[in-house]
Amino acid sequence: MDFMVFQYPMITVQACLDGLLLGILFALIAYGMALQWGVMNIINIAQGDLVILGGYIAYFMYLYGIHPAWGVIVSPIIMYFVGVGIYKLVINKVVDRDLFISILATFGISILFMQLMNFAFGADVVLANSGYGTTMLFDNNVTLPNSKIFSAFVSIVFAICLVIYMKKSKLGRAIRATAQNARAAKILGVDTEKVYAATFGINAALCGVAGALISITFTIHPYMGLPYTIRSFMIVIVAGLGNLPGVAMSGMGLGVFEEFADYILGTEFRIGSVFLLLVLILVYRRFKLSRKREYLK
Amino acid sequence: MKLNKLILSFISAIAILLSTSVVSFSKVVGDKIVLGAAISLTGKYSSNGVHTQNGYNLAVERINKMGGVKVGGKTYKFDIIYYDDESNPKRAAQLAERLISQDGVEFMLGPYSSGLTKAIAPVTEKYGVPMVEANGASRSLFTKGYKYLFAVLAPANLYLDVAIDLAVEKNNGKPVTVAMAFEQDAFSQDVRLGVLDAIKRTGSKKVIDDKLPKELNDMAATLVKVKQMKPDVLVVSGHTKGALTAIRQIAEMKVDVPMLAMTHCDAAKLSKQHGKNSQYALCASQWHKSLTYKDKFFGSGKKYAKDFEKKFKYDPPYQSAESSAALLVFKDAFERANSFDKKKVRDALAATNMQTFYGNIKFAPGGQNVDKPMVLFQVMCDGSGKCENKVVAPTKWASAKLIHPIPKWSER
Repeated sequence: MDFMVFQYPMITVQACLDGLLLGILFALIAYGMALQWGVMNIINIAQGDLVILGGYIAYFMYLYGIHPAWGVIVSPIIMYFVGVGIYKLVINKVVDRDLFISILATFGISILFMQLMNFAFGADVVLANSGYGTTMLFDNNVTLPNSKIFSAFVSIVFAICLVIYMKKSKLGRAIRATAQNARAAKILGVDTEKVYAATFGINAALCGVAGALISITFTIHPYMGLPYTIRSFMIVIVAGLGNLPGVAMSGMGLGVFEEFADYILGTEFRIGSVFLLLVLILVYRRFKLSRKREYLK
Repeated sequence: MKLNKLILSFISAIAILLSTSVVSFSKVVGDKIVLGAAISLTGKYSSNGVHTQNGYNLAVERINKMGGVKVGGKTYKFDIIYYDDESNPKRAAQLAERLISQDGVEFMLGPYSSGLTKAIAPVTEKYGVPMVEANGASRSLFTKGYKYLFAVLAPANLYLDVAIDLAVEKNNGKPVTVAMAFEQDAFSQDVRLGVLDAIKRTGSKKVIDDKLPKELNDMAATLVKVKQMKPDVLVVSGHTKGALTAIRQIAEMKVDVPMLAMTHCDAAKLSKQHGKNSQYALCASQWHKSLTYKDKFFGSGKKYAKDFEKKFKYDPPYQSAESSAALLVFKDAFERANSFDKKKVRDALAATNMQTFYGNIKFAPGGQNVDKPMVLFQVMCDGSGKCENKVVAPTKWASAKLIHPIPKWSER
């Protein structure tokens, strides 16, 4: 235990800002998960692997001399089609089934993706350099890498665009209708099959954006996907489905929580604390649920 | 019907018996000495696994071309059976069993990484098969009393203690403050123990002692602490991702520290991925091509690097060099034992005392190589941004002078 983070106000500020910027990025991934969970009732274990795949797209652009920030545009386009492809091959066969089946199926996809990426891109840890420099605050006591600010900014832009798209466009309305009641939507002429494919594609595209940002701010590796899946799963559980402000808030909350856990418990418990929090939240929810049921009896 | 079943089970029983009890024969076929190796060709260690395999192959080719191995007046050539262990310790142990009991291999080469070597060592020990390994540096490999394990590399606890000594030396012999960040795996923790020893020996003080998780890709918290505590030395070891993450975030957060020492810069291709940001980082390495060791097969380190580049189209990392050295050791031991008896070869290996292009090799009773110091190189860049690794310590091998302290970011 180390409470240094509270002893120096500058470190507290640094931890909060780092956490918020990180959390916004998490929220973007979680939003994708919430979307397709809500619409298709599928928990996508391969979420993190889609993120990493998106990261590799940006990395390869960087290798060929294109600035990796363009990955933010290119990666989602490619990933959209990857997502639709996965839907057509696997997900459409499990979409109406039990939740457990879909978890198994996406778990399989996750393993497949990990191995394929390892096979295709090698086992090296890689990153793309943006060369963005650093913003210094408070007399150089707090440093914010511009790449982190950039990624938070891009995440927000994409989230806003998506919300508007969901509200205004025809497909967006169809997606929301399907989420509310797939059967009724079908009767009223919505092609749910198409809606499902598009939803999965949009989710993959969001992962692509996030992946590109992660390759700019952190590092990517074929086996690094799972922590992102767990984080977004947790954010969605806390926020609930179809609650974008909630997803954003709990995403940022998780980011800050992680940073503080890092300072207080030590870096080795950073990811561990997220897992622990997940267990606690699940237990709490279960507890609350069981009380409600009893009440209903 | 019943009879049918009976016959069937009888046949399958025989089949199983046959498949498991193939008589193990001495694996010297005709003029070939067959060595076995389980290597990570796929999975998370695949890139270093391939470096290892390339090192083995280059040495086999070279030794065979230059006359092979002379035992009992006859000339033999090396041959290696490879299996892919998928970077998985369980699989590696299975494959070692298979190599020994089914393929009849009597001499083994090591896999890549300490973890996999740890998985294989009990198997080779059980069968009394001598194994010369080149990529398992964890200290725990050498404290178990293995008799048939020989490592051509220096153990992990010697990786970075040189850096602490160097910092003390630069501080006019006075103790220094040390910040440490180590991943939680066998290898990095061994490196940490070595650093702790050096801290104790020099009377220095550790001010930060962070453990990094396996999934690490953000060490901002550690670096903020470093900024606050202003240690004299920052030591980081967390494989490739530790090195890459540290350099990226030190540059982004403008962390000023007089000395930065790391492991795995070679494998991380640090200067290639980070360019000028990686400048001044000190890196522990088992080998560097500019070292002046010599042997008659590869000549010097420089020549080795050239030949390797010609064949595999990339600069040899030390993982390849040490793997090549393992075969030179085997050849030497076979010739001195003048026999293919496992026990005799083992004794000859234990008595090894030779120089290779990779360094001097002499094994301690635990099996580790005690005759080859680690080197530290520093990443140095010229005005145009081209970076090179130059050996700065120990002084005997230094090809450049250590730049110390590292200039502040505001002055770069």
